Amino acid sequence: MNTLFGEKKEGATKIVLKSVDEYPDAPITLGTTLINFTGDWRTFIPVVNNDKCVKCYICWKFCPEPAIYIREDGYVGIDYDYCKGCGICANECPTKAITMEKEEK
Amino acid sequence: MKYKPIRKVVSGNYAAAYAAKHARVEVVAAYPITPQTSIIEKIAEFISNGEVENLQYVPVESEHSAMAACIGASAAGARAFTATSAQGLALMHEMLHWASGARLPIVMVDVNRAMAPPWSVWDDQTDSLAQRDTGWMQFYAENNQEVYDGVLMAFKVAETVNLPAMVVESAFILSHTYDIVEMIPQELVDEFLPPRKPLYTLTDFDNPIAVGSLGGPNDYYEFRYKIEKAMDDARKVIKEVGKEFGEMFGRDYRQMIELYRTDDADFVFMGMGSLMGTVKQAVDVLREEGYKVGAAKVRWFRPFPKDELYELAKNVEGIAVLDRNFSFGQEGILFNEAKGVLYNTNAHPIIKNYIVGLGGRDFTVNDVKKIAENMKAIIEKGELDVEVDWYHLKR
Ligand code: SF4
Ligand code: SF4
Repeated sequence: MNTLFGEKKEGATKIVLKSVDEYPDAPITLGTTLINFTGDWRTFIPVVNNDKCVKCYICWKFCPEPAIYIREDGYVGIDYDYCKGCGICANECPTKAITMEKEEK
Repeated sequence: MKYKPIRKVVSGNYAAAYAAKHARVEVVAAYPITPQTSIIEKIAEFISNGEVENLQYVPVESEHSAMAACIGASAAGARAFTATSAQGLALMHEMLHWASGARLPIVMVDVNRAMAPPWSVWDDQTDSLAQRDTGWMQFYAENNQEVYDGVLMAFKVAETVNLPAMVVESAFILSHTYDIVEMIPQELVDEFLPPRKPLYTLTDFDNPIAVGSLGGPNDYYEFRYKIEKAMDDARKVIKEVGKEFGEMFGRDYRQMIELYRTDDADFVFMGMGSLMGTVKQAVDVLREEGYKVGAAKVRWFRPFPKDELYELAKNVEGIAVLDRNFSFGQEGILFNEAKGVLYNTNAHPIIKNYIVGLGGRDFTVNDVKKIAENMKAIIEKGELDVEVDWYHLKR
């Protein structure tokens, strides 16, 4: 299946589609925006505590942006280029492994 | 293919309900509105009698929600169906864009009904034609048989090009009038219309996606183009599906404009939907009286059959466009489309617009004869009297 993000790899790569043929037929994506860095929207930043994480991936399912990815070691990573700081992941995490902290810029 | 059709005497609405059943729709979400109601009642009856498996009916509180539920179901991979009329379709309008934009092959029957006020429940095409620019394909049925066949073909075309489709029938003239409809045995329908293969599904949990994301100026444009590309592809698909339908079931729909006795015609009557049955009958009468006339029934209004119209226009001296609809401030909608197509071609027959049958006003063989006399005089004189003729107006 061709989405606007294809397979998300660790770290952000800004995708620029140069020809109409590169677009999928339907505007389906992994996030709420098609191609956009949503990372500069936030005030709070989610921080994962791997000691509490049980690898349930609920945060990954709920994140409205393609910001959470599953790392090779099975823990979740957060792609801060896409994380908009909405806090849904922290709210949904059953073990409270994610906390929202004020971002220092 | 030789097969034994199942002949039933049904209303246009029941024909639609049977077609939805035979198409094995999985989700129906609808809100009752006259004169569409009996489609949904019949489907509810199929469910309560246990005649259908795997069909979920979603009762909703409005047409807007009905389309929203169909969109959700279709995005999840189901074959979704609904039906509505007039104000109900207008209430759905916003959602129609979401369906086509997300490329969901939902099929809907619209029972053409005049827009209020004055409050009316009778036939008029302005409700469906007002949805012209939503990215939905539109098929206009002349009779109950075409309602049934149209729904089956609409699903096949829609699921091939991933765009939604509307099958349009006229209020009461078809919706509540009983006629013989040849239905197709289930196993043959299954052969013609295999299970849907969705472009994507929301229930593919290994590949999670978001549908309906925000698209900036850098990307929105490309998706509009993709819809138009699919519409254009649909012209080819419609002809192929129409031909296949003909080969399997004996009723050929490869022409997007059905031509009736147009071969040597001086001028033709062009229109859509049930009024074309009357026109064909009138053509027979007029031919006996020495008029060289034919009928051109536009089956698919979207995508618009440009090439077929051009071919027709090259060979006739006049086209009388009969519009059971009106775009205020301009003219009949089919007339507008037809003129637009012909402008940049070498075919310029005299083309005149007759506004007929609005809000269910009777349109008879005699009316067609009067229009024929008028057209004949115009062609002989070589100029139009008026471009847009409010034919029935009490003067
Ligand atoms: S929801 Fe919490 S426990 Fe589950 S994977 Fe995410 S961080 Fe780990
Ligand atoms: S705060 Fe959590 S849920 Fe919200 S965008 Fe960032 S990672 Fe996703």
